[in-house]
Amino acid sequence: MAQRLEWQLGKVVEIRQETPRVKSLILDLPNWTAHLAGQHVDVRLTAEDGYQAQRSYSIASAPEDKNLMLTVEHIEDGEVSPYLTDVLQVGDQLELRGPIGGYFVWNTGDVGDDGSPLLFVAGGSGIAPLMAMIRHRASSEKRIPTKLLFSSRSYDEVIYRDELDRLVATDSSLRVIHTLTRQQPQDWTGYGRRIDRSMLAEVAWPAAEKPLAYTCGPTALVETVANLLLGLGYEPERIKTERFGPTGG
Amino acid sequence: MKDSDLRLDGNAAGGLLNEIFPFEMTSAEATCGGCDAMKPIGELMLYNHGMGAVLRCAGCDTALLRVTHIRGFYRLDLSGIRYLQIDDGAH
Amino acid sequence: MAEHFISRGFKGRPRQTDGDIKARIPPGQFETDEFPVLSAGPTPRASLDRWDFSIYGDITEDVKWTWDEFQKLPRETVKVDIHCVTKWSKLDTVWTGVSVETLLKGINLDAQPNVGYLIAFCDGGYTTNLPLADVRDGKAWIAYEYDGRPLAAEHGGPARLLVPHLYFWKSAKWVRGFKLVKEDRQGFWETAGYHNYGDPWKEQRYAGD
Repeated sequence: MAQRLEWQLGKVVEIRQETPRVKSLILDLPNWTAHLAGQHVDVRLTAEDGYQAQRSYSIASAPEDKNLMLTVEHIEDGEVSPYLTDVLQVGDQLELRGPIGGYFVWNTGDVGDDGSPLLFVAGGSGIAPLMAMIRHRASSEKRIPTKLLFSSRSYDEVIYRDELDRLVATDSSLRVIHTLTRQQPQDWTGYGRRIDRSMLAEVAWPAAEKPLAYTCGPTALVETVANLLLGLGYEPERIKTERFGPTGG
Repeated sequence: MKDSDLRLDGNAAGGLLNEIFPFEMTSAEATCGGCDAMKPIGELMLYNHGMGAVLRCAGCDTALLRVTHIRGFYRLDLSGIRYLQIDDGAH
Repeated sequence: MAEHFISRGFKGRPRQTDGDIKARIPPGQFETDEFPVLSAGPTPRASLDRWDFSIYGDITEDVKWTWDEFQKLPRETVKVDIHCVTKWSKLDTVWTGVSVETLLKGINLDAQPNVGYLIAFCDGGYTTNLPLADVRDGKAWIAYEYDGRPLAAEHGGPARLLVPHLYFWKSAKWVRGFKLVKEDRQGFWETAGYHNYGDPWKEQRYAGD
């Protein structure tokens, strides 16, 4: 069906501080068409003199959720993210269009009974579209074996940490493996370095199981992970990537 | 500065392409005029140069699509694409 | 016409121009301290032992220099203002390189008065076109140093064209030579709707301006 996305206004109904540098914006959008997990929106800001700046943000909420969630990391000399994290308030409106993207999506409706295992690899705020997929997966009854390898700078900077702990506690088919690259807590027994070949070899599903992999985050991380997965025998069409750019958001 | 700092996935061009083609374009498949690889637009490399957008083949760097939007006109150079296959979404 | 939605409190990057330097900023531009990298493709990384610069085309004899030969040519250091069509201007940038006038010396241009234009061609496939007169008489250089240091690859190194009196897309990065021609032929951005000449003081950004 031919369809053209129009710019629309959403109202900020809640702002959540996820980590010191990351906030989630929850938006009420009266004209929204249901999205698929993994899709993104384009956000457009307009100054009083007409100047505009535009950026893409992944939708972090599941299609089943009532409101739309965008998770934004404050980038130091960014133009758009500091506005979203420091200036925007509950009650403000935000102009956006979407949902966009048919390539980096995951839908439980597509999964057959043999459901190949899922591998999600996230770097920092790259967790956003993968969280939409995890939340969507949790709302269905299909218990596809799923692993999330999640790279963050430190324990305090793990976005959605508590929610991921809760999901794992109630669902034995979901496993979350963290790696903390800059700082680890005293009693940390998990990985403490950037994702590399040996880590992926230990964590990733064997290629023989024909896994489906999604990776999202800073471009350098995504390209490294995609290459490593190819090296582990994953089929190129079953590795989906979403590069966030140099700074990861 | 690494090359990876300069590019995004073709996914990020979804909004712009939808302004021109009234379809979901990131899953549209393009055959590269340079190396004949057929890939979804979401798998191309997007260089969002401030003057326009350039989508390149991830394998051979051939420019498949160049788009500018100037004074109300979109100009597309599609000469790098041999075939473009778009799902009409109606089936 | 309906007024567009304004994002409360959004200011964007600094766009005001200080009184003192206002006269040096062309219309519609704003000053920046940064040096943005705009790229239409991956950064070419030429090795110096294979680099050369050539001038050929509708002329009787081609000329070519290797990197070592190029380094032996008379060099100049200049301080110029540069203006990008995406609206930023950077003042007092310092470049070192060879004047294009020096490069054209070996070609008897008086004997070929119909050759009025050039196409600059570059690693990575970028092209731009210019009237020959706009690169002569101290108006243009092939620059290989920025701010006293070898020109970084992302800014066009090992060498780029520098034509400060026109919008900066004419200052082709990764330049490898000129084709001198009788008839003007548009390059990469000119064919995409940008102005054929590009004078920032007349705000010639797009075709038809």
